[in-house]
Amino acid sequence: MEYVTPQHFLLLSFLLFGVGFLGVVIRRNLLLVLMSLELMLNGVNLALVSFSRAGLNLDGSLFVFFIMTVAAAEVAVGLALLVALYKKRRSVFSEDAALLQN
Amino acid sequence: MNFVDLLFLIFATLALGGGVLMIFSRHPVSAAMFMIVSMVSVAGLFVLLEAFFLAILQVLVYAGAVMVLFLFIIMLLDVGPDAGKTSRVKFISGLAGVVCFGILMVLCLIAVVDASPVCGSCSSWPALSENSLVNGQSLLFSTSVKSFGFGLFSKYMLPIQVAGFLLLAAMVGVIILSKRVALDR
Repeated sequence: MEYVTPQHFLLLSFLLFGVGFLGVVIRRNLLLVLMSLELMLNGVNLALVSFSRAGLNLDGSLFVFFIMTVAAAEVAVGLALLVALYKKRRSVFSEDAALLQN
Repeated sequence: MNFVDLLFLIFATLALGGGVLMIFSRHPVSAAMFMIVSMVSVAGLFVLLEAFFLAILQVLVYAGAVMVLFLFIIMLLDVGPDAGKTSRVKFISGLAGVVCFGILMVLCLIAVVDASPVCGSCSSWPALSENSLVNGQSLLFSTSVKSFGFGLFSKYMLPIQVAGFLLLAAMVGVIILSKRVALDR
């Protein structure tokens, strides 16, 4: 490898997004699903910052700010929902919240 | 291989390794620890991309607040390691996840390999450059916090108000969700 280009950062962000997506799909512990969502958002953030750096435009970096805000709000609400679900079902696994499935 | 390449390799390995270990770890607490490793290395990558303010914000918000909240909830609910049948990945969801992951990676690799627009001509990369509301010129990339503040409070004035309102709505929602309802039981 000779020099780091924006493609390297982009490839890494794709991989982070893909790993997070894999975690969202295959894990059944809802806490882990929320953490994998955060990983997906991290990959998107990395792609935005590398685009912003490559294009010398600040808009991408400013958008990361809003993504962080939305992620923090999402985690707070998601964990509150999870605690409410745990109070009802005594479990944090997604297969125990399958009332609508059958 | 110079210093920046070495740092990129280290941080990329830590970020990806932390993510992979996170989604395959049994215990939620160790998953949270791997997630912190991944987030901090993404912050290091932000430093390599000269987005210092975002790196600080990443450490403060993600590795600080969000993961502390996760750990708090894990320890509040006393979630142990997945035991018995719940630890095994369901076959159909694993298959779906791997297939979608593969398709996503192939599409992204195609996009990266013949990505002439990304860095073929970096100076003229944003095709829609007339998108700014500030005196008709777009915001240039800058490392200073001052330009972040200027951008946020001039061009992105309405979005930052909406983000603040979103935080308020999330706060009220969390309070209502976690309030003990007397009529419930």
